Amino acid sequence: MALIEIDDLTVTFRSKGREVRAVEGVSLSVEPRESYGLVGESGSGKSTILRAICGMAPVTGGSIRIGGKPVPVPRGRAFSTEVQMVFQDPYASLHPRHTIDRTLSEPLAIHGVPGRDARVVQALTDVGLPPAFRFRYPHQLSGGQRQRVAIARALMLRPKILLLDEPTSALDASVQAEVLNLLNRLREEQGLTFLMVSHDLAVIDHMCDRIMVLQHGRTVEEMTRDDLASARMTTAYARSLFDASADRMLDASTEPTP
Amino acid sequence: MTALRAWLSDPNPASRRQARLGQAWLAWQRIRRNRLAMAGLVIVGLLLLVAAFAPLIAPHDPLTQDLSRRLLPPGTPGNLLGTDDFGRDILSRIIFGARITLYIIALVAVTAPVLGLLIGTVAGYFGGWVDATLMRLTDIFLAFPRLILALALVAVLGPGIENAVLAIALTAWPPYARVARAETLTVRSSDYIAAIRLQGASSPRIIAGHVVPMCLPSVIIRVTLDMAGVILIAAGLGFLGLGVLPPTPEWGLMISSGRKFLFEQWWVATMPGLAIFIVSLGFNLLGDGLRDVLDPRSASR
Amino acid sequence: MSLLEVRNLRVTFATETGEVQAVRGVSFTLGHERLGIVGESGSGKTMTGRSVLRLVRPPGRIEADAMTFDGRDLLHASEREMRALRGKRIGMVMQDPKYSLNPVMTIGRQLTEGLRLRDGLGRSDATAKAIAALEAVQIRDAARVMEAYPHELSGGMGQRVMIAMMLIPEPDLLIADEPTSALDVTVQAEVLSILDGLVRDRGMGLIFISHDLRLVARFCDRVLVMHKGLVVEEIEAAHLMEAQHPYTKGLLNCLPRIGGSRAPLLVLDRAGF
Repeated sequence: MALIEIDDLTVTFRSKGREVRAVEGVSLSVEPRESYGLVGESGSGKSTILRAICGMAPVTGGSIRIGGKPVPVPRGRAFSTEVQMVFQDPYASLHPRHTIDRTLSEPLAIHGVPGRDARVVQALTDVGLPPAFRFRYPHQLSGGQRQRVAIARALMLRPKILLLDEPTSALDASVQAEVLNLLNRLREEQGLTFLMVSHDLAVIDHMCDRIMVLQHGRTVEEMTRDDLASARMTTAYARSLFDASADRMLDASTEPTP
Repeated sequence: MTALRAWLSDPNPASRRQARLGQAWLAWQRIRRNRLAMAGLVIVGLLLLVAAFAPLIAPHDPLTQDLSRRLLPPGTPGNLLGTDDFGRDILSRIIFGARITLYIIALVAVTAPVLGLLIGTVAGYFGGWVDATLMRLTDIFLAFPRLILALALVAVLGPGIENAVLAIALTAWPPYARVARAETLTVRSSDYIAAIRLQGASSPRIIAGHVVPMCLPSVIIRVTLDMAGVILIAAGLGFLGLGVLPPTPEWGLMISSGRKFLFEQWWVATMPGLAIFIVSLGFNLLGDGLRDVLDPRSASR
Repeated sequence: MSLLEVRNLRVTFATETGEVQAVRGVSFTLGHERLGIVGESGSGKTMTGRSVLRLVRPPGRIEADAMTFDGRDLLHASEREMRALRGKRIGMVMQDPKYSLNPVMTIGRQLTEGLRLRDGLGRSDATAKAIAALEAVQIRDAARVMEAYPHELSGGMGQRVMIAMMLIPEPDLLIADEPTSALDVTVQAEVLSILDGLVRDRGMGLIFISHDLRLVARFCDRVLVMHKGLVVEEIEAAHLMEAQHPYTKGLLNCLPRIGGSRAPLLVLDRAGF
């Protein structure tokens, strides 16, 4: 049974008398422990799908099921122990006035989980940060470090599903590599399911098993990672995305030299 | 001293308290560099000291009358700022008046901004009809000129310092609600609020723990800048004979009773007027300086 | 003859916690060619670009042994002389048109402003020149765009307007600071090819600042790799894969590739530099 099932989802934003269909008729399903990628350019609706899962976007059609059950409205506490999200901008996703300790222990406090101190230290160690960072404020950390804290926060409640909204696009290339490696390791260790959004095909290729290409809120194509790697796209748009990124590679056949 | 300094500027604080104190110390360093703000701080500090040690500092009793020593000019031996029409020493009355001014300011500062913050954050966070209702309520209070509304309230409640404070507070909260609501609207759509909502937090927890801390800097700055206005309204009420009653040495009341002698014995009204001016200026300078320090944009660097 | 020569450039900022050196001794020369400056955040690449135009404000200080443009001393030029150079002989295109175009003026007004104030052209002459510039960046609907406000344009369009604006006075040198980073991938390719064409046609010098090493290598003739305020390697773009310095190699190899292996990505050993 699929862990995430989205069926004919439509999300419509209404403002000042105008309607914008951010997502239109998108369907997908993600198996447990799978990593599924959503690719598209700006305005494709990929981030909106993640927000719709979290109850943060106005769903006007279709259904979303987690673990076979429709998502409750409002999402509620139980939902937060199953699904969590890592946001794009590390400079905006941590509260600027809270220490790291407060940010990490608050989810535990909300759910009445005991042993907060030990779990906070463990969480920091899991994402490769020294426990000495515990009482720092976000502005005392670099972008990569903040993103690690955001990942640690998302994992505090031991969710099964992690939604990742362009988790590394605001980071430098070398930091991105570290964070992607971290995410893969945690996925392996904790048996997580990823639903990941990115505009970068190379990142999606590295991280995901199956991929959906979106444009203007609609599904353009769904493919496996092998299809992507071998450039077996069937639609012109998917191919144009591929060409625009593969184009920047100097030599596609060169393997990294240590 | 250097050990304390090192502890405060430790990049890896070992406890919540150390982290908080460290940030406070950095903020203090920033204020120190602003000369005008420090001047404001000194003035406010003086006000606090004078109010605290009034009985020790004042050369005479503020209420004792001596009709043989009426209306003496400043510089008279024993009366540095002269005496009023009842022979009471003006300096002593100003010193004791500082207590009253401080009392009024403190009471207003803990009631109006708190009320405004509560209403503004709730309105901004929930939006919809909650927002509409609360903001219309705010608009109603804002539509009245402050002094008139305060007068009306005092006329209904009767004179006395507590009623004056209540009247001022009830007219002072709307701007705080507006400011808090504006900040809340900005904060509401940020990722960290989305994150905490996704963790299952309740609305009170989010408003109190996440939204209010972001509104505090604007509110605090407004409070200091507003203090000048509060002093003047209290003075205005006193001037009109509503609020504080004679023989209480409230500065506004002193100006009022000195009105009759403005041309011949100018010091009776001018000295308390100067006191009001200096204290208002102090709060204004402090407020301006605090803006540099508390601006969340510079803090999130 | 070299268009721009910079020797031992240093940019220092005085902060509350002491002095911070953003650029610690950068030297390079630029002819009528395309030079890329690549680095991560904090490497000093943007500061280097801004220093050429003396756009670093206090508490930042620019110091150098020499900084000359076409024989003229940039380091000791007066503010007036710099103003005459900026825009007219040296142009700068920045990252996000949302922030570099004036949001309350129409595009037409922004484009013609410089022409009318600086060059004294009449309104119809200036408008004609502006429309020509927009067409040079392949904006088909030039008349409509002239009347539009920046927020009504897409990112790619806005960036093309920015490039048009910078190229109207026909500068000799263009400094482009992450000109395509805020754009979608497909639009990036388009904007870059437009920039490419223009630079070639007019024989301009180009300094292309970016964090994307592969993009820069594709687009430029030479590449400077910067790290922590220093140039760690200077290399011909065609020979990028033969880079010697471990930082450059690390930067090249830490990026994921389509079709690449799924093993953990190679990570830069920061302690090594």
